[in-house]
Amino acid sequence: MKIEIVTSGRKKKEKQAERYMQEMRDIVKAGLNRRELLRMGLVMGGAGAAALQGLRNFKPYWAHADGGVGFHSPPNTPFVDPLPIPFTMQPVTLNPAPTKGPNPVSSAVTGFRETARPDHQRWEQFLPVEMYESVEKPVEHDFYPDIDGVPPSTIWTYVEASTGRAGPLWIRSRYGKPVVHRVHNALPPDNGGFGINQTSTHLHGGHVASESDGGPTHFYDANLFKDYHYPNVRAGFASNVPESTLNGRTVPGDVFETQGFLWFHDHRFDFTSQNVYKGLVGFYTLFSDDIHLDTGDETSGLRLPSGEFDIPMVFADKTFDPSTGKLFFDLFNLDGVLGDKYSVNGKIQPYLEVKRRKYRFRLLDGGPSRVYEFFLSTGQSFIQIANDGNLSPRPVFRRSVRIGVAERIDVIVDFSDATVGDRIYLQNRLEQLDGRGPTGKIVAPADLVEFRVVGDAVDDSVVPVTLLDLPDRNVPIAKRREWKFDRSNGAWVVNGAFFDPDVISAFPKQNTAEIWTFTSGGGWYHPIHFHLEEFQILSRDGAAPPVFEVGRKDVVGIGENAIGNDNIGETRVFLQFRDFLGDYPTHCHNTVHEDHAMMFRFEVVP
Amino acid sequence: MNRRQFLGGLAVAALGSTGLASVQTQPAPRDKKSFAEPTGEERRRSRILNIALRTHEGKEVRFYDDLIRGKTVLINFFYTHCVGEALCPITTANLVKVQELLGHRVGQDVFIYSITLDPHHDTPDVLKKYARGFRVKPGWLFLTGAKDDIETLRRSLGIVDPDPARDKDPSQHIGMVRYGIEPLERWASCPCLSDAAAIVKYLAWMEPEGKRPSPWPPKRPGASKG
Repeated sequence: MKIEIVTSGRKKKEKQAERYMQEMRDIVKAGLNRRELLRMGLVMGGAGAAALQGLRNFKPYWAHADGGVGFHSPPNTPFVDPLPIPFTMQPVTLNPAPTKGPNPVSSAVTGFRETARPDHQRWEQFLPVEMYESVEKPVEHDFYPDIDGVPPSTIWTYVEASTGRAGPLWIRSRYGKPVVHRVHNALPPDNGGFGINQTSTHLHGGHVASESDGGPTHFYDANLFKDYHYPNVRAGFASNVPESTLNGRTVPGDVFETQGFLWFHDHRFDFTSQNVYKGLVGFYTLFSDDIHLDTGDETSGLRLPSGEFDIPMVFADKTFDPSTGKLFFDLFNLDGVLGDKYSVNGKIQPYLEVKRRKYRFRLLDGGPSRVYEFFLSTGQSFIQIANDGNLSPRPVFRRSVRIGVAERIDVIVDFSDATVGDRIYLQNRLEQLDGRGPTGKIVAPADLVEFRVVGDAVDDSVVPVTLLDLPDRNVPIAKRREWKFDRSNGAWVVNGAFFDPDVISAFPKQNTAEIWTFTSGGGWYHPIHFHLEEFQILSRDGAAPPVFEVGRKDVVGIGENAIGNDNIGETRVFLQFRDFLGDYPTHCHNTVHEDHAMMFRFEVVP
Repeated sequence: MNRRQFLGGLAVAALGSTGLASVQTQPAPRDKKSFAEPTGEERRRSRILNIALRTHEGKEVRFYDDLIRGKTVLINFFYTHCVGEALCPITTANLVKVQELLGHRVGQDVFIYSITLDPHHDTPDVLKKYARGFRVKPGWLFLTGAKDDIETLRRSLGIVDPDPARDKDPSQHIGMVRYGIEPLERWASCPCLSDAAAIVKYLAWMEPEGKRPSPWPPKRPGASKG
């Protein structure tokens, strides 16, 4: 009797299982997706669940969390090597001359052809005045000082074609002087452990046409080059602000959209974290001497610290394989990669000799996943003058400044009260234990840069009382959109959908303004980056943003510990889609999250 | 610099050294450590575990030696009786589409591996039924093994939730498919339930001679989701 029941039960189960499998085959055939299935109630109920449940009760055994394999890089002696000051690239004459469409002639420098691309938009309007040429290639580089006996690592970086100087390179450009940056891809197929020899150079913060934006799917292969066209013109020039005036000078576009500190980096789909970690990073600054603003000269305009006293720093935490001493990247990490060595402009814990005067430091978090909160060991304040490279309305005095991946903050640090011989440290004190984001705790400091006070220098710079007002937001709002960034079964979703290279998720009309709301569930921190224009934060969980976020930004941190220890679930931003057409992405700039499809694209349409 | 000079050899360019420091008193140089210089092959092998697994056909295999080395692969984790929202069967169904789209390449130079998160239950027999149920074609293996080994393998492939409580929930580990070209050490991943055609594209983009995305916006506009 008993046996019969079991037997018939087994038969029944087998029958159910067969029905279930048939159901699944039908699903495959019909090409239904999960959301459609759930809507139809096909899977939740019915025979399938019961059948599979019946095969055996599920008993999880995941009891031991071993915390994974932790690497400890070889030890380093801090403050032995000087902070590398990025090389300023020299304008060259490109051969062949750049063209509106893909160049029909091969490069005289590398013999490479130009990749397929759409024609440059507004080419005739902004014919290039300054041209730069770099080659992406492997370079042997020492992150450690000689004294540590650690061998150099092979990095991939931008190398100036005319001089052979290696990154991080620095393009110093000016409003009114359109630029073409020709980037050759001379990377080898053998990656030495991580990276891919296909690249797309994104000008982060740039108000540029889609074909020059360096979007993730716009990459090209080795043995090709691409000309990126940067018009260096202020947003609004072809729409609601054809021209505007400041300090008696009239220029195209909105003077209140003037930018300062941008950067360029590789953006290859799925491989951004690896390629950027490998060294494909450069600085791009824009000076606004045309309107006597941020002139790069301490005796004119805002008179900000300039020349040798204006120093960009990219912070990137790294790990080195303890057995080989080589730069190591954890390919099998989905959450975010943290390093145990702090590099600044490519050196671990460098020093910088400073004079007793004011400096402008442009701080950039180069990722892949760490958030920093900077302090000075003296306890003195930073004078923040810009957020994401854009001048703020007025300086803000802050004891500490926090930046997430790809965010920038320009600060003035005044060493005039220091004594010759003093050692002052730039420190990170934000605790972060994993790729989820910072814990929000301020902990014992890690010294990143040692400032050695060595003497006096003339200081013509000033800390201005006001900097630059914000652009007018009093324009009609064409549309409001909501974007929810979430995690589903270990995968990233935006509005419940996975990234699809054939899908454009929004079609804003050219020369309109919109309000977007970014939301995030708890537990994770995400620096959300928008390409094309700078936005303004309207609210953080319904409240006005803190004073240091009142400005123009292209990255906003959302989620856990986004501000201090607060989980910011909802952030509203005002943004505009002016002057150019084409597709651009919006994505999480924790580059590991971005490489796992935490991204969507929009297309600006006429 | 002419073209020949430029392409010849690697420019060993030191990053800038301005500052001209007066030389500081520094600790005496350490003994030069002898660091290993593994070959590419050794490095590749060191990155991926070589644990023993059993296929749904009952064959014993080594993960690195037999399944990964020299191959282009797609790897996901699942378990046959994953109910709830039935993500695993739908994932498997999606990968069936991927297998169809990849066509004859599967089994030749591309391989698909689905590794059970519940090896205790998912014996080769159970996996065989599952594979048969989905009409899976050759070149796609369903794999089981010792539970500790599989747990280590999962972690080593980064299928981990940093929250220990969530990490214990196997449904948190079924969302991503990894794909890689092992000889070139190119590894990436995307959600398992990405459009099957998109998964095939991502794989092709990584391949030296693969199809490339168009530099123009897609012709087929999707619905506005915003």
